[in-house]
Amino acid sequence: MAYMNMVQALNSAMDIMLQRDPRVVVLGEDVGYFGGVFRVTDGLQRKYGEHRVLDTPIAEGGIIGAAIGMGVNGLKPVAEIQFADYIYPGYDQVVSELARLRYRTAGEYSAPVTIRTPCGGGIRGGQTHSQSPEAIFTHVSGIKVVMPSNPYDAKGLLISAIEDDDPVVFFEPKRIYNGPFDGDPHKPAVPWSAHPRGEVPEGYYTVPISRAEVVRAGKDLTVLTYGTMVHVVEAAVRLSGLDAEIIDIRTMAPLDVDTLCTSVCKTGRCVVVHEATGFGGFGAEIVATIQEGCFWNLEAPIQRVTGWDTPYPHAFEWEYFPGQARIAQALKSVMEAA
Amino acid sequence: MNQRSRLHVPNAPARPGDKPDFSYVRLSPAGAVARPDVTTPVGEINDLASSLIRVLDDNDNAVGPWNPHLDSPDLQVALRHMMLTRSFDDRMQKIQRQGRISFYMKSTGEEAVAVAAGMALRPVDMLFPAYRQQGLYVVRGRSLTDLMCQCLSNTNDMCKGRQMPVMYHWAKGNIFSISGNLATQFPQAAGWAMAAAIKGEDHIAASWIGEGSTAEADFHYAMTFASVYRAPVILNVVNNQWAISTFQGFAGGERGTFAARGPGYGIPGLRVDGNDFLAVYAATQWAAERARMSGGPTLIEHVTYRVAGHSTSDDPSRYRPKDEWQSWPLGDPIVRLKKHLISLGEWSDERHSALEKELEAHVTACWKEAMKFGTLTEGPFLDATTMFEDVYKQMPPHLARQREELKALRAAVKKGSEEEAALDATTQSVAKEG
Repeated sequence: MAYMNMVQALNSAMDIMLQRDPRVVVLGEDVGYFGGVFRVTDGLQRKYGEHRVLDTPIAEGGIIGAAIGMGVNGLKPVAEIQFADYIYPGYDQVVSELARLRYRTAGEYSAPVTIRTPCGGGIRGGQTHSQSPEAIFTHVSGIKVVMPSNPYDAKGLLISAIEDDDPVVFFEPKRIYNGPFDGDPHKPAVPWSAHPRGEVPEGYYTVPISRAEVVRAGKDLTVLTYGTMVHVVEAAVRLSGLDAEIIDIRTMAPLDVDTLCTSVCKTGRCVVVHEATGFGGFGAEIVATIQEGCFWNLEAPIQRVTGWDTPYPHAFEWEYFPGQARIAQALKSVMEAA
Repeated sequence: MNQRSRLHVPNAPARPGDKPDFSYVRLSPAGAVARPDVTTPVGEINDLASSLIRVLDDNDNAVGPWNPHLDSPDLQVALRHMMLTRSFDDRMQKIQRQGRISFYMKSTGEEAVAVAAGMALRPVDMLFPAYRQQGLYVVRGRSLTDLMCQCLSNTNDMCKGRQMPVMYHWAKGNIFSISGNLATQFPQAAGWAMAAAIKGEDHIAASWIGEGSTAEADFHYAMTFASVYRAPVILNVVNNQWAISTFQGFAGGERGTFAARGPGYGIPGLRVDGNDFLAVYAATQWAAERARMSGGPTLIEHVTYRVAGHSTSDDPSRYRPKDEWQSWPLGDPIVRLKKHLISLGEWSDERHSALEKELEAHVTACWKEAMKFGTLTEGPFLDATTMFEDVYKQMPPHLARQREELKALRAAVKKGSEEEAALDATTQSVAKEG
């Protein structure tokens, strides 16, 4: 075992898969010689050569379209989109092509493409380097959508994604690349080496897609969340003194309904937290799912804590970010109701 | 012969530790390229896409048919604009390093591209820049204080704190909002120009993207729409050799020039020395005149070099030779215009140094003024609840509710911290008394 931050863990996942499977190729802007703007592909081109770790033109639609072609021709492409905010020129290739290829050809064609992309705010990135667009991908049938919250899961889930025969959009919350983040930007940064999930096996292992994880068992209420917000929720729960069950959803689609509903049916109270905007957000799907599965067990209306329904504003990052104070309010209100 | 296909992967001519190598940059002697009449059909001027339009020669003289014959006062204004742009960039980079702004992007070495085009166009012409044409703002006279306030996200920020630094806009100055996403402005410029033609005006549009961004589909959308409708638009590709770590070969620069993409769409392509103020000015003038005469669009490739990093988040020493700029064959646009003015007897080293100092002092004064409106870390601060404005023209009820929620939360947090402070004070006084 070694301590790794999320960047190193993701790098290790690709390193192992490039080594194990000659069909795996990595492509994207600045990923080759430079090793990626966040260093996630550092050293891979030197090790595996420029035919397996490719720098690409600046063209997200081209990257994803070409990855589909490679996938159809027997390769397993891992495409990086430099920021999730830049993925939209490739959206048509994802929605109309990648997601539906298996369906429209009755299984004759498919493309096992993994799209890795950093998401989320907290780095003063303004509206074009801070978005969390997972909901516009979970809405599309035929792709899997994953977002890890720690290095151990990041590596295991990325290996699973690369091995998966279906396409996976793999979101990497960039605020927690180097350490867990509890939502307070004024505190000194904490490294992953101080977190149990910073301990990562050096070799091959997988974390299954479509499995949520109970990261804290509890009986008062259930908090459903993913990505950076897992750590913010943990901190808010600690402060609240409540015995909350916290679930890291990890895979948004296909969703692990059983784990979520089992917990909420047990506690009878539920708060849903994500960083993306609330309206039409993935939280709405979770709330609907809980309502369907747990209605007769609910003791209080389900609460949602999300980013506001505005673009991510550069100067008001921490007013926008759904931090501990807003989560604390929701915890309190869901406990007080009925 | 090997019958199997083999993937070609472009390789940068020089990487860290290598000797810089610009032998791939094809040059033409200054004055050597003919200047066709602006009404010449595109098919007859394809050679302009492969040669290099240059006016300033190695002896600092303006030569050849592309010489725009500007008066010396105009040249001095041009020099001043370029120097001010550079001085502004240098200061903002330093300010970013001090942590007072979150991010910055310099245009060092590329000042002629924006300043010359800005001066060759009319104030009513609409500009759709990318993020490295701050020279356009300097030409059109936006105060540096305003630009600084945008970078500071302070109470005088034109974007009200909503955008990262350098993402300016200026409706009164006819400069469109800079996007953080690449190439989006290119088809928009074509559309703006189509509207001008639909309305029967003689205003034209101009847009800029980097050579790296020509790989985006938006470049091709713009070329197609501009060509199909003969839109009065000038489409500029700023070929500064580097797109972060991606050298121009990855945008297709190994196969042909970027200007050569024009003729493929039926659009004239001009390849221009982007570090030659007079050449950029003349090419823009040619394209503008052609557009105003219903001759349609022109694609101009500006051959230049990105001296600074892509942004303050970038470290170019990881992917290119540190001193590569020193070997750039087209020199420094400011030095070249300065020497030209000196050769005309209209300028001197002394006047140049004096102007440098004057501009530096001006930048300092603007910075002091900008700071009065606050910084990211020191007040006065913008009211965060303004973030809900302008999402729609009229605030819908759900945003009004969210705004109230944020207000209540901030009031609660403030009350909480005041109570905490009061508690601390009591504890301390109790401790003292004890």
